[in-house]
Amino acid sequence: MSLNIFLQNLSNGISLGCLFALVAIGYTMVYGVLRLINFAHGDIFMMAAFFVFYAMTIFSLPWGIACLVAIILAMVLGRTIERVAYKPLRNAPRISSLCSAIGMSFLLENFAIVVFGGRPKSFYRPEFFAKTFVLGEVRVPGVNFVTPIVSIVFLLILSYIVYRTKTGLAMRAISKDFDTAMLMGINLDRTISFTFMIGSGLAAVGAILWALRYPQIWPFMGVFPGWRAFTAAIIGGIGSIRGAMVGGFLVGLLTIMIVAFLPELAGYKDAFIFVILIFVLLFKPEGLFGEE
Amino acid sequence: MKRLGLMVVILLSFLLMFSLVAGAAEEIVIGVYEPMTGPYAAGGQMTMEGVNLAFEQQPTVLGRPIKMVLVDNKSEKVEAANAVARLIEFEKAVAIVGTYGSACAIPGSEVANKAGIPMMGCSPTNPLVTLGKPYAFRACFIDPFQGAVMANFAVNNLNAKTAVVIQDIASDYAVGLSNFFREAFIKLTGNPKSIVGLISYQTGDQDFTAQVTYAASKNPDVVFVPAGSYGDAALIIKQGKEMGITAKFLGGDTWEAPEFIEVGGEAVEGGYFSTHFDATAVTTKAAEKFCKDFEEKYKKAPSAFAALGFDAFNLVVDAIKRAGSADPKAIRDALAETKDYEGVTGMITLDYNGDATKDAIIKTIENGQFKYVATVRPF
Repeated sequence: MSLNIFLQNLSNGISLGCLFALVAIGYTMVYGVLRLINFAHGDIFMMAAFFVFYAMTIFSLPWGIACLVAIILAMVLGRTIERVAYKPLRNAPRISSLCSAIGMSFLLENFAIVVFGGRPKSFYRPEFFAKTFVLGEVRVPGVNFVTPIVSIVFLLILSYIVYRTKTGLAMRAISKDFDTAMLMGINLDRTISFTFMIGSGLAAVGAILWALRYPQIWPFMGVFPGWRAFTAAIIGGIGSIRGAMVGGFLVGLLTIMIVAFLPELAGYKDAFIFVILIFVLLFKPEGLFGEE
Repeated sequence: MKRLGLMVVILLSFLLMFSLVAGAAEEIVIGVYEPMTGPYAAGGQMTMEGVNLAFEQQPTVLGRPIKMVLVDNKSEKVEAANAVARLIEFEKAVAIVGTYGSACAIPGSEVANKAGIPMMGCSPTNPLVTLGKPYAFRACFIDPFQGAVMANFAVNNLNAKTAVVIQDIASDYAVGLSNFFREAFIKLTGNPKSIVGLISYQTGDQDFTAQVTYAASKNPDVVFVPAGSYGDAALIIKQGKEMGITAKFLGGDTWEAPEFIEVGGEAVEGGYFSTHFDATAVTTKAAEKFCKDFEEKYKKAPSAFAALGFDAFNLVVDAIKRAGSADPKAIRDALAETKDYEGVTGMITLDYNGDATKDAIIKTIENGQFKYVATVRPF
């Protein structure tokens, strides 16, 4: 493989990795606070893309404002899901909220099929994102410049919130010890809602960047990135934000590099990723950055 | 006492009427399974436009009303098998029409064949849909022909010497068509190394950058994309152009969906694909009438899938007529004898496998529209 082709693949892999990282953080944050895998996360991702689509087509909002509206709506949706499907089960056995999460995922998918229709729709791309830039012999679509920058900015903001603010402190306290945190006067409901809103907001950002890169949206579009990001979160160590970032990056890069280096086995790249997942679970079950 | 007598009379007459209605008009159930949701949804919905039109024009057979029952197979293999089982066991269908997508039609025909209920495929082109299944038929041509048509077009019309194939390894349709195309391409060029690259992805993938980077690095004359779903094909071509592929893109009948152009945009301009039907190149009287009726009902020109849905439904009704009964075995035998049936997609004769031998149509994409290029006779 020549250097050019390698760099081309690297650039594609970084962009895909950033997208997975953004989504993976949503899984990991909710797990960190509630010890719950939010299976509806991939579907919030999908809904966010449709919010942009309909904000533009029905309400004819300009692209930027439509994205902002979609992010806010996704946050509201995440919070509502938490209130409706998870909060009543907070003291029930953990398996109940897991079932509730899976149910929520199916509900959102089927809601989307009934209301938005099962046929894929084309997603609008502003000119800059659709343009391809040629650097040397490496071709980079505009959106691939934006994705890493947006991802890094949002991750910095997130780290600031989690490690430098009172709310972040509350989130970390809850993840360490639920009951003691409550005794210390931490407002549980508010903190958990906040966690869901941030996670869903990041899913919405991920969805917009995803749809700009792969401009086709349909009710099951969240399934593939959702599962991949979930795998990434586990490889990185579920519950750890740093782990989710690294895991997402790793999964994205691997997805591309397996195809690039082993073209004969390209169709089985998912199998490779899950084999790696199994090895991580066998030898370092807490994940790369997880706590023991 | 008088009132009681009157009531009894009324009650009895109701009962009599009810039994008369039930006896005289027992419904004949024709089951339809199509992907109404999921990645093949556009194909299923286009097919249903044709099926619905056919049903509207022929709501009765043998003096009995037809009841058409549609079950969504969700573009999934397991759901397709479940849908057919449901149609047979729960709805008591005597014959089944469907489905778009070989990946769904193969398990579907398996179930129907085992249950002894005839199935008429509308557009599944993989040979395995009907192979060794006496109860499975189809109204369309099969992939060994389709693959050869596109290889022929690439070599003779586009002067291609080398090709790369990007296939969906989880789709029976795509893997089959890819094999037949490669076989024919190697034979036509006489060069066993003329396929310079073969690379796979999996249903559900949306990132094809690694695959198209690989394809671009081989610098082929044509890139063949037999995608199971038109959405995949559109994204592959789009990403391929972004990664600098200048070769012509070729594909199969799944490309013909409005979403292919919507999602693919400018990138898909100038691609070529094979399909079953074109409203501007009809060959039968029935087709002329069909185009007129279709345009009246839907205010647009019919797609190949609508035409095949129309033919598949009518072939079943025609077989019930010729069989003179709604017994599944009798319908199967009548279907197997179908000869020179005037369909809208051409004259249909079903061979010993239950497959139709028909012309293929080659189309291209020009100014955001599908455009007729040529008709290829069976060879």
